[in-house]
Amino acid sequence: MTKTNENMVRVDRREALKVAGASVLAIGFASTAHATPEDAVKYIGEKTGGAAATEGSAKVTIKLPEIAENGATVPITVVVDSPMTDADHVKHIHLVADGNPSPQIVSFNLTPGCGKAEVSTRIRLGKTQNVIAAAVMSDGSVHTNKQEVKVTIGGCGG
Amino acid sequence: MSKKPRVKLPKSAQKGEIVEVKTLATHGMETGNRKGKDGNKIPRLILNKFTCSFGGKEIFSADMHPSVSANPYIAFNIRAESSGEYTFTWIDDNKEVTEVKETMTVS
Amino acid sequence: MHKVKSVTAMAVLLGAGLALGACTTESTTKDVMKHPYKEVWSGYSTATPETRAMQDDDFANPYMPYVDAAAELWDTPAGEAKKSCADCHGAPDDAKGGSMGIPMKGVGAKYPAYDPESHGPINVELRIQKCQTDHQKAKPFKYESDELLGMTGLVVMQSRGMKRETKAAEQSDPLYPAWLQGKAFYYQRRGQLDLACKHCHEDNAAILVRAELLSQGQSNGFPTYRLKWQKPGSLHRRFRGCNNNIRSEPYAYGSDEYLALETYLAWRGRGLPIEGPSVRK
Repeated sequence: MTKTNENMVRVDRREALKVAGASVLAIGFASTAHATPEDAVKYIGEKTGGAAATEGSAKVTIKLPEIAENGATVPITVVVDSPMTDADHVKHIHLVADGNPSPQIVSFNLTPGCGKAEVSTRIRLGKTQNVIAAAVMSDGSVHTNKQEVKVTIGGCGG
Repeated sequence: MSKKPRVKLPKSAQKGEIVEVKTLATHGMETGNRKGKDGNKIPRLILNKFTCSFGGKEIFSADMHPSVSANPYIAFNIRAESSGEYTFTWIDDNKEVTEVKETMTVS
Repeated sequence: MHKVKSVTAMAVLLGAGLALGACTTESTTKDVMKHPYKEVWSGYSTATPETRAMQDDDFANPYMPYVDAAAELWDTPAGEAKKSCADCHGAPDDAKGGSMGIPMKGVGAKYPAYDPESHGPINVELRIQKCQTDHQKAKPFKYESDELLGMTGLVVMQSRGMKRETKAAEQSDPLYPAWLQGKAFYYQRRGQLDLACKHCHEDNAAILVRAELLSQGQSNGFPTYRLKWQKPGSLHRRFRGCNNNIRSEPYAYGSDEYLALETYLAWRGRGLPIEGPSVRK
């Protein structure tokens, strides 16, 4: 006890605040684990049975705002170039986030009865990050593409 | 779900025509990551499954996770093959099922 | 870099606030009617294309399931009187306004109106509650409940595209005292941050505070589905959020203070088309 007291250095208020701020930040990072790009890739691997993916595929188009007004509701449309016939169609479209608490967002399961591989939904993005769309084709091939979305803390007022 | 989900399916279509279907459910999609006023985590409660089927056969479905926004909106397409009833279902974490049926006439 | 920017923005905002705080804000009787803006604009005009698209498509507008539910309630007899809204007003979009001859079209553009019973303004939410109490002899929906938000949306929707109108700023109008009270509220500094409505929404409208583009604080989009709330909300909820943000004690839903402010805001937004239920960030 005495030793601690002796070793104490006067800390002015501003300094103390900075420290407090920094420690809060540290705790913040420790308690809310976020997915990393590696987690996202790993998750896609699990969902696609480890098939080698064609990254940045021209077959997959992601429509997302460049800047999301509010991360709570971000509209997204994914279009996959496919004839959607019995012989050649898209079976799944997995949407994955590399900066959310967990990478999975939603998986769409399609059939030739869809006629067209185009889906829209609204997603939550906790911060600026990449959204990856992974399309699994009927021949087992995997095509992925990604787009970055800047998420602002939009909308003041509680 | 306390409110009936909205489904927009054209009343009629030409055979082979690809039509867009829009759906909008009302659900808070509680992520399970938030803490309540008492400091305890609010348990996860989301709609985790959406299915569109025709004649007992699934045409389109979605496996949803907490990163889907509250009041889930899903739009997709279907190829009009024959007249009949389409069934749309939403299932939440408590296995509560909400069902909407819509008819489309194909000529 | 981020920090520098934000500090500058706050300094601009607070600086402008201080400078103008020194000037007198009380207008002379002559220019009491003078409009504070050169041009009025809706929050819609600065929303992103994605947010606008959500509002433009009545199907995709996430407020609408609440309106659907209200449309069912509209036709459902309630209370001791066992009367439905439709019994008196006809369908919500009935131009003749049913057996009572009171159509819903126009309500959203003209309210808040004068309520002879309270001798003050009454907004759409409170009017619906009053109808429930007086005519249906029913327990009214709670303010900010899903039911009341849905019903307010259904009523306001009938006035979509109509221009906001009010005579509250005319001395002969019974709402004039409320208009004055609302105006005083608007220019009154409050809370720990010591800001008045006008510091953000008049002096600095259309200016970025960090990533936040300040609006004119217009009410023509209410009730609204706010992406941030992830649910529908009333104008008074927005007022409470604003008050909380500047760290001042918010007033109650339907309070005289907020009704006066709502009356005054309607005047500031004269001519703007009614958009409710809109979609906002």
